[in-house]
Amino acid sequence: MSDSTEPVRTGQDFERTLDRSEAKVAEFETNRHSPLDRVQHILHDNPTLVPVIVLAISLIAFGLIAGGKFFSAFNLSLILQQVSIIGILAAAQSMIIITAGIDLSVAAIMVLMSVIMGNLAVYMGVPSGIAILVGFAGGAAAGMFNGLLITKVKLPPFITTLGTWSIFYALLLWLSGAQSIRGTDIDEHAPFLKFFGNTIDLAGARITFGSLLMVIVFVVLWYMLNKTPWGRHVYAIGDDKEAAELSGIRTDRVLISVYMLAGFVCAVAAWASIGRVGSISPQSFYEGNLQSITAVVIGGISLFGGRGSIMGALFGALIVGVFQSGLRMAGVDVLWQVFAIGWLIIIAVAIDQWIRRVSA
Amino acid sequence: MKKLITTSAFATIAMVGSAYAETTACLITKTDTNPFFVKMKEGATAAAEEAGIELSAFAGKYDGDVETQVAAVESCIAAGAKGILITPTDSRALVPVITQARDAGALVIALDTQFEPADAADATFATDNFKAGELIGQWAAATLGDQAANAKIALLDLNASEVSVDYQRDQGFLTGFGIDVKDPKDIGDEDDPRIVGNDVTDGSPDGGRTAMENLLQVDPDINVVYTINEPAAAGAYEALKAAGKEEGVLIVSVDGGCPGVKDVEAGIIGATSMQFPLLMASKGIEAIKNFAETGAKPENTEGLDFYNTGVELITDQPVDGIPSLSSADGLGKCWG
Repeated sequence: MSDSTEPVRTGQDFERTLDRSEAKVAEFETNRHSPLDRVQHILHDNPTLVPVIVLAISLIAFGLIAGGKFFSAFNLSLILQQVSIIGILAAAQSMIIITAGIDLSVAAIMVLMSVIMGNLAVYMGVPSGIAILVGFAGGAAAGMFNGLLITKVKLPPFITTLGTWSIFYALLLWLSGAQSIRGTDIDEHAPFLKFFGNTIDLAGARITFGSLLMVIVFVVLWYMLNKTPWGRHVYAIGDDKEAAELSGIRTDRVLISVYMLAGFVCAVAAWASIGRVGSISPQSFYEGNLQSITAVVIGGISLFGGRGSIMGALFGALIVGVFQSGLRMAGVDVLWQVFAIGWLIIIAVAIDQWIRRVSA
Repeated sequence: MKKLITTSAFATIAMVGSAYAETTACLITKTDTNPFFVKMKEGATAAAEEAGIELSAFAGKYDGDVETQVAAVESCIAAGAKGILITPTDSRALVPVITQARDAGALVIALDTQFEPADAADATFATDNFKAGELIGQWAAATLGDQAANAKIALLDLNASEVSVDYQRDQGFLTGFGIDVKDPKDIGDEDDPRIVGNDVTDGSPDGGRTAMENLLQVDPDINVVYTINEPAAAGAYEALKAAGKEEGVLIVSVDGGCPGVKDVEAGIIGATSMQFPLLMASKGIEAIKNFAETGAKPENTEGLDFYNTGVELITDQPVDGIPSLSSADGLGKCWG
């Protein structure tokens, strides 16, 4: 100020620039710089939103491509019916993936239990109800076996269930003698096994009990995962197992219970599958393991655990069903259906990775 | 001269001797789940025991499991097997490893599925799958009579890779029905308006059901259903039943497994072409024994590039001009 040539108004110099300075006292830093960031945040808070949007878009798109037939109540209920078994398996798979695990044996448990139910009820004259209960117990036991190997023997879930997949598969071949149980034999000796094949006709839609069962399974598991302490523990373990343990969660117990419950759900799927397929075949659902994982991943559940809603897996299964039905109706060759599902998986995981970066 | 005779006689004795002592053979099937291959294995094991051949059995984990089959062939070469019976899960992919086995001195016989080219193996014992398809096609056309001109046909095939069994049966059926198949190695290139569509089943009942549901969505008035095998047919029937359309639809299939023949008896399947896996297996073992003893290789059926183990049409509604067996007779011959 001493070398100023106009000393007259020096006193007011700093005041003159005052209005250009920061007027706020303090504020929180915000990430909401662009609309894209805002979208990222919304998706982070609502992980099921992506699959819901994809499902809506694909329904509309296939409605336009494949015409009115696709959009009929009957076809939509048919899609629901076609995805019901993989959907139930995906519900079991979701729980496990939320704990940051994976279960490659879900379909093998399911087919094994359907063979056990069928052998008991059709060939050995055991009342159907008891045969089904034995199957349920078997499913839970198979799941517990997975859980014990993972927690007590401390094997990685991937390796454990890769092994038990083969074990359960070999057992089912042995028990079935690689033979199907015919639909007419089931009708004759144990029609109750086909209970979930019953249908309700409603305004052109044909809803099987199996489709309803799938929805019920998802709702019940959603409640358990989101509204009970057990469910919060499951998410906590998936997010950070050590932190969960330090905060007093008995992680081994919870993990074993998750695998047991998943095994039980697979056995429920086994009963439903008999109604759906009409017969019991050891050759059924060989790709069910991977299809269930596909549904979970497309449903926006993070393979890294702790994030995603089980409802996402329901939408994931439906998206796959809508794609298959839509592409088929549009007369697209099977290999392009496979191609499309592959891209869906990659895009779903890419979106998940992008959403996970939200806090950065 | 005399010495030469003695030597070769001696060699022959040595060969025969070793043949009896330690002729080993391998059976490599596509899977252990399909009752067709399970039965084939039983047949081969029984025949081998009788012939005094030590048989090792291998199988892929699923249809198309090339790696497991390649590893199995390699094990057989390493074990010095005299003969290999194989149902190639991929007609082309296994040709190199099979060539290695032949170079190592083994007799390689393809069972059920041919290699491409067929002469990659020393011989093939198989069902004439085209003929099997043709029989059920002719039967369906004859049963429909005049209505064949207005038929609405669903084709339930195996899978996306269109292996030889798949296209031979599919195209055989269409030929038998009287439809121009265009390229006989390509499924789905036909443009006959009577064809509603093709879908794949993986040869399983759940696949058969889903495929049938899909095609019924394309056209609910389908009245002829071709299926790759009987489990797929059972699934297709469930879909028709669920849609209330099981009456008046002809389902035809190929295989001749006992559950399938029972489905013919129950009226679920109209007609099925029975094949004979036990015969393939026992013929195969016989050929290996013969090769080990004399060095002679089996020959093909005249006019074909394989040895035809035969096919029989099983139906309870016989039509004139197509020889067939009833389901009751079929039950005596079925496998699985």
